[in-house]
Amino acid sequence: MTDANLPLEQIAAEQPFKHRSHWWDVWAQFRTHKGALLGLFFLVFITLFVLIGPSLWGVDATALDIRNKDVRPIYTILWDSSAKVSWARPLGTDQLGRDNMAALMQGGRISMAVGWTAMLLSVILGTLVGVLAGYFRRLDGVLMRFTDLVLALPLLPLLLVMMLLFRDTLRAAFGPEQGIFILIVVAIGVTSWMQTARIVRGDVLALKEREFVLAARSIGTPSRRMITRHVLPNVLSPIMVSATLGLANAIITESALSFLGLGFPSDFPTWGKILFDSVDRMAAFPERVLWPGLAISLTVLSVNYIGDGLRDALDPRIRGT
Amino acid sequence: MLTYTIRRLVLAIPTLLFIALVIFLLLELAPGDPLANMPLTIPPEVRQQMREALGLGEPWYVRFVLWLYQFFVVEPSYWLDATFGTDLAAGQQRIISFQSRSPVFDTIAERLPQTLWVVGMSYIVGVLIALPIGIISAYRQYSWFDQIGTFVSMVGFSVPTFFTGVLLIVIFSVQLGWFPSIYDTTHRVNDLDSFLFQLRQMAMPVFVLALYNAAQISRYMRASMLDNLGQDYVRTARAKGMNEKVVVLQHVLRNSMIPVVTVIALGVPQVFGGAIITEQVFKVNGLGQLLILAIQGSDIPMVMTLTFIFAVLIVLFNLIADVLYGLLDPRIRYD
Repeated sequence: MTDANLPLEQIAAEQPFKHRSHWWDVWAQFRTHKGALLGLFFLVFITLFVLIGPSLWGVDATALDIRNKDVRPIYTILWDSSAKVSWARPLGTDQLGRDNMAALMQGGRISMAVGWTAMLLSVILGTLVGVLAGYFRRLDGVLMRFTDLVLALPLLPLLLVMMLLFRDTLRAAFGPEQGIFILIVVAIGVTSWMQTARIVRGDVLALKEREFVLAARSIGTPSRRMITRHVLPNVLSPIMVSATLGLANAIITESALSFLGLGFPSDFPTWGKILFDSVDRMAAFPERVLWPGLAISLTVLSVNYIGDGLRDALDPRIRGT
Repeated sequence: MLTYTIRRLVLAIPTLLFIALVIFLLLELAPGDPLANMPLTIPPEVRQQMREALGLGEPWYVRFVLWLYQFFVVEPSYWLDATFGTDLAAGQQRIISFQSRSPVFDTIAERLPQTLWVVGMSYIVGVLIALPIGIISAYRQYSWFDQIGTFVSMVGFSVPTFFTGVLLIVIFSVQLGWFPSIYDTTHRVNDLDSFLFQLRQMAMPVFVLALYNAAQISRYMRASMLDNLGQDYVRTARAKGMNEKVVVLQHVLRNSMIPVVTVIALGVPQVFGGAIITEQVFKVNGLGQLLILAIQGSDIPMVMTLTFIFAVLIVLFNLIADVLYGLLDPRIRYD
């Protein structure tokens, strides 16, 4: 309630000028989505956990300590006082005495790195194909037919075949870890760009009919600048939403590949790999299955919630109501 | 409609040929040697003869055309022979697995029932769970039912099946001992007890996959119902004095089912291909596990045939989804 009789300066002093940019509006809408906000907090937490966790924790994930093998997590003592626990190993150790906490951090590093890079690759590929198909009419038929063909491929079987085929070649070229990393990222990237491409193409087609594009063209803007200045910024919203879906998908695919025994080599932990290695002894040591599984699930869940919140926040029809 | 279907069927042929070529060329690059497990004492010329006996001596395009001929002509004629007692095949060479040296299609026929039972059942259960949840969630938007329903579907959608499966095994077969953790395929149902055992061993894999499928489908169902509930015709129907049941279950539901039916149809190929992981967790020896074993043993004919069958299913159900869309929605005209 503002008093109409007050001088203007006083109103201005009472209500300082709020700087409202587009992204500030988006953030304001995003904050109202509780799940998305929680998801963002968890994603930041897990990212910090895997990024700076290893240096804080200071235990090497691959260091063998055979005397302290099969240590149970510290909380086991709550119901089983005879369990072998140690405060130095809060999540226990595995059958070779490697620290579970350190493995979880190290594994998370790889899983997250694979997820982000594969997502970036698939988004870049998808955007490229989508923009080219939507903007240049000559390319549209060819590119979309190609997208449909790739969509008709059975992707998981092909992914497995690709892992098997190029594993040794890339391992020889880039070393065991680098080679497999490149292979997994590229394999996931080239099998998951199609949805992004379709969405982007649709949006670009609609944008092309708008007046500002016509205006830009009428002053002789070349195609390259049209795309970078006018088209790309306007399709950023769907790209960001499909990027979150891509991140979740990439993390799940990587752990599924590791779980099927076709991912990273065995002394190289990722979340999926730790889970896979622990399945044989899960009856006696359920925690080794539980923690990496929870890490994967919660990360994917939080990413999906962020995607949901982002979709609402970026949609101008929902925002501001 | 019929012309559209025929046109799509004709168009599917080059698509499938292209897919077959892609898979074949990808496998052609395979470094895995099917003779790698043979003793090293075999002299090179004998080894060469063995390779030729496996059909590896010819250039790739000859083998590709041969494979196409075997897949589309020889195998169906064997199948016709077995069904009607004719003699079309006349002893022609079938597609032979490198690993088991038996026809690929015989192995697939052995594995298919397990996959259909477990994975197919889970898809049906998933759909049956998803539809009511989606409908109620949308009708009572933001109620506690909707909140819980959306949360559960988000969780079911995010948690990978290999983790749900392992978790269920830890809880229900290790801790509680209710269900067996390994699916026993040799089990035969002949009385009530064995039927109950069959139900118990199917419970966990079906639940895992059903949760995953239901999560996806209920999200679509809810979104589609919400779209329709806000439409003008709903207000008109209510204004005419129709009761709520008729409005929701006849007017809104019928319209909302159109996109959902196509989503359900599009998900069917995943029943066969995407259950690879769940079959691995519960040791169900279905098609997915067969594929994994074939990949690990570089059994090229088996991988090729299975992957191609998955591709055929995807193309087929894409077509079915499009045709269904046209049949269900009179606003859509393909001709």
